[in-house]
Amino acid sequence: MNRKDNSITNGRYYVISAIIVVIIIVLISQLFNLQILKDEYKDSADGNAFFKKTLYPARGTISDRNDRLLVYNQPTYDVVYIPREVQPFDTLDFCNILGITKDDFRKRIENIKDRRLNRGYSPYTLQTFMTQLTVREYGLLQEKLYKFPGFYVQNRALRQYDYKNAAQILGYLAEVDEETIKEDRYYARGDHAGKTGVESSYENILRGKKGVEILLRDAHGRIKGKYENGIHDIAPVSGKNIQLSIDIELQAYGEYLMRNKIGAIVMIEPETGEILCLVTSPTYDPSMLLGRDFKENYKELERAPNKPLLKRALQGTYPPGSTFKTAQGLVFLEEEILTPETMYSCAHGYPPGGGRPKCHGHGSPLPLVPAIATSCNSYFCYGLNAMLSNRKKYSTILDGFEVWKNHMVSMGFGYRLGVDLPSEKRGFIPNSQYYTNAYKRENWHAQNIISIAIGQGEITATPLQIANLGATIANRGFYVTPHIVRQIQDTVIDNKYIEKRDPSIKDGHYEAIVQGMANAVTGGTCRGINLLPEIAVGGKTGTAENVHGRDHSWFMGFAPVEKPKLAIAVLVENGGFGATFAVPIARLMVQKYLKEEIPASEKWLEERMANAVVLPNHFSTWQVRKEIPTVNTDGASESIEE
Amino acid sequence: MVQRREDDNVKGSVDWFILFMYLFLVLAGWFSIYGASYDYENVTSMFDLSGRAGSQLQWIGISLVLGFILLKLDSNLYDIFAYFVYAFLILLLIVTIIAAPEIRGSRSWLVITNSIRLQPAEFTKFAIALALARFMNAYNFRLLTFKNLSIIFLMIALPMILIFLQKETGSALVCTAFILVLYREGLPGFVLFSGICAIILFILGLKYSEVDAGFLTLGECFSIGFIILATAALAISFRKDIKNALFIVGGASVYFGICYLIQQLGVDVNWGLMCIIALTVLVIILLVIAKKEWSKTYLFLAVFAVVSIIYVSSVNYVFSDIMQPHQQTRIKVSLGMEDDLMGAGYNVNQSKIAIGSGGLSGKGFLNGTQTKLKYVPEQDTDFIFCTIGEEQGFIGSAVVLIVFTILILRILFLAEKQKNAFGRIYGYSVASILIFHITINVGMVIGLLPVIGIPLPFFSYGGSSLLAFTILLFIFLRLDMNRKRR
Repeated sequence: MNRKDNSITNGRYYVISAIIVVIIIVLISQLFNLQILKDEYKDSADGNAFFKKTLYPARGTISDRNDRLLVYNQPTYDVVYIPREVQPFDTLDFCNILGITKDDFRKRIENIKDRRLNRGYSPYTLQTFMTQLTVREYGLLQEKLYKFPGFYVQNRALRQYDYKNAAQILGYLAEVDEETIKEDRYYARGDHAGKTGVESSYENILRGKKGVEILLRDAHGRIKGKYENGIHDIAPVSGKNIQLSIDIELQAYGEYLMRNKIGAIVMIEPETGEILCLVTSPTYDPSMLLGRDFKENYKELERAPNKPLLKRALQGTYPPGSTFKTAQGLVFLEEEILTPETMYSCAHGYPPGGGRPKCHGHGSPLPLVPAIATSCNSYFCYGLNAMLSNRKKYSTILDGFEVWKNHMVSMGFGYRLGVDLPSEKRGFIPNSQYYTNAYKRENWHAQNIISIAIGQGEITATPLQIANLGATIANRGFYVTPHIVRQIQDTVIDNKYIEKRDPSIKDGHYEAIVQGMANAVTGGTCRGINLLPEIAVGGKTGTAENVHGRDHSWFMGFAPVEKPKLAIAVLVENGGFGATFAVPIARLMVQKYLKEEIPASEKWLEERMANAVVLPNHFSTWQVRKEIPTVNTDGASESIEE
Repeated sequence: MVQRREDDNVKGSVDWFILFMYLFLVLAGWFSIYGASYDYENVTSMFDLSGRAGSQLQWIGISLVLGFILLKLDSNLYDIFAYFVYAFLILLLIVTIIAAPEIRGSRSWLVITNSIRLQPAEFTKFAIALALARFMNAYNFRLLTFKNLSIIFLMIALPMILIFLQKETGSALVCTAFILVLYREGLPGFVLFSGICAIILFILGLKYSEVDAGFLTLGECFSIGFIILATAALAISFRKDIKNALFIVGGASVYFGICYLIQQLGVDVNWGLMCIIALTVLVIILLVIAKKEWSKTYLFLAVFAVVSIIYVSSVNYVFSDIMQPHQQTRIKVSLGMEDDLMGAGYNVNQSKIAIGSGGLSGKGFLNGTQTKLKYVPEQDTDFIFCTIGEEQGFIGSAVVLIVFTILILRILFLAEKQKNAFGRIYGYSVASILIFHITINVGMVIGLLPVIGIPLPFFSYGGSSLLAFTILLFIFLRLDMNRKRR
């Protein structure tokens, strides 16, 4: 080549070199983009290669205060699949094994693929096709699993109940919904979590911690062993076992007595605040909300007219009636409106002369102790009037009422007590503003609201709050927040359930109330629970008027009077006088707990109570079918007419 | 005596720089193949001859011996036997078409024994390079004559067609790499420029061919914009006419700017119509300038603009009516128009996942999960770069690309220093073939280019490929030895 040619083409050496360098820069830029800038490929790679097998921990068991196992686990099986790995298979055979129709099958698959319903859907990850196979279905499927590529069976645990009682306390497990998954990353679709009851409030303790096993999976979906010999695997941590404070036999007995009645029994150990039983009626068998029948049974329970899913013991709010007079007495004593010696006369009502509220026949005038024992309405109306009209102490009625309200709140009314169960209601204690709004003026009079003196009117409380009042009186001036969990394995329970709380009433004032309640049993309104000479009981009945029908039958009490071991509240909706149902049921419960056996001489009472039917007129077919095989209709009509 | 002198000279005059880079790449390839074919359940040694890595080691040994022999041969032999080698390979290609059984859709394998199979297409590259070098090395050779250009065209096209007939599209396309050599030897830059324009217009036209913009597709609108820019660039290049170029580009900017403003005011602009007007005005302006300045160049530019737009509109036709559906899909996937992850896009998606998951420093040798678990297909041959990307990360893959670049630049540098055209042309051929292979292969693996199966030089598993690249490179090393000796 001559020089001339070279001079023309010499620059081209640089052009070609530049082209090469530019090409390589483009390639390296794309590598930079893929390897450094974008994160998504790492996840895709992990999704490709890692088959993350969830290892489910054993859920904690639940036992009662005497270590009787209430809830434990039984093995069950879930059908899961990885959409990407599924190859055509005999759907009909598959459906037959699982006992579903082809339409069910198609619908399930569609629902799983629908990202609106199943936000975490990915064709690369395990999707839950069906949960809780029966042992028979599991056996059949396991045998033929090789015919259904992409489908796997996963072991899970299902709850098992040894008692048919305490359903509302225990709660149940249900598949987590999308909301829950979004809020708590712990859960994946198909996981179960506690709904209501202890299962829900102690979910984090009971559930333990899921583990994971990382397996390698090749492009054909074959498992190629553990990733790095399992050093990244995480072993599951079992849930902690929980001991409840309830005595399951007492609970069962309470549920037995309350059958065919609507209401609640709450028994508390006053010293510790431990709930000994928390009966809500009607109730249901916890095994109903288990396994594959869950949905169907749940719907049925939801539809049932007397709402068995409602936890009346802590969700039902009722006018407390005369049981509230004890709290009134305490407030009057504390505010020095009266002394135990202060006497008021009663002329069959307040204001005197047959006014409202009416009162029944008893000696008059009378001091505080017999006023409680005989449940004199007038006495407490005078008391409340004296308090709210005391302009020396309180400049306005509003001030006086606020003082009154604050004392009530300090005894646990008007706000949630904070029991360790979900959906507790707070009841209602109005404040002065409430009445100002209601009467549209500030200078309303004590007479306007006089019915709250006897636990009527606007005031409502839950049976738990009433039981807690009983416990406070039994303790002569303190209570421990009622709670259902007594011990947690390897954990101390919340300080909240150990500390003593002091209402704003000086301890010395309680003795008069205790005396009144003791006298009520020995010679007052609740003679029906007189267990002397064996057990001295203090009690207070209540007959709560309500707009929905017959009066509610209340009893609040504690026993023994000295060194009390229990405080109890019994409520029977539409049960009439406190003495009619609440007192005898409390009598049986107290004996059951303190003596463990009901004496033969009282079997008749037990039968009478258990067989009594006190239900609203829309007597439910559900109740007949599920609860009582034989209905004692004679007893029913008798007790309702009474 | 003569024999001894030659021996000393190999040691003293061979370019050790290239030799070391060759060894580095081949050994890196060997490790990558071991990594790519590694099986968790059935671990074999790197030296186990029944395994892929062991087999490749065998080929590396054979290549080194062959390379040494090539270095020992008289350099004049290459010149003398150039046409003979070329003719022999053409014959071999023909025989292959007739005799080769169909293996994975292609008829390119010549089965000698059960274990030895040869792919003649791989060896065609150095044969063309030798023949071209010999032809263009002729005394007083002038490239830009019709006769010479025709002969060169035939020399390249003949084997290309034969390889196409074997259904080895990738290897056939490699032959187009020689355009760089011709450019170096005096082919007008306009040809290269047109080639690049053709590729850009092809991509622009297709990528946006499914978006409607009035009378035209959005792709055609973009193409017109590009044609305007290219015309202005040519005006500068041919005539140093910066004023006219600025007038064209500036005018177009103002025109499209006004259109954009009108659209912002809420008027529906028919972009297709606007582009047709723009192109028509451009052609008229070019013709006016051509007449005023009595310039053939501007007439030529007007023709360029018209031919370009005809080309753009025919691309769509060729694409949808002539190309095979699987080729269409591959192109669509690489242009990002389709996301066929379970079908045609699967390979590339998996290979991007493997490389992307390598991160900065990679997962470490033999720790790549994607390649080990066979998510990437063809991972020890065409997709070998995935193993490097996954296990050595960005650093490792960038190092490999940089070593390749240095190797190619070194070859170009040495080619320019050759005392005769034969060595220079051969050197440029080697460099062009290497950069073409790397661009197509790596571009495909990282999702920039459509899936075209060609090996990564020195890395991909396979004796034919390794031997062919070794011969290609070592002949140049031998030619280069002359430079120092004299």
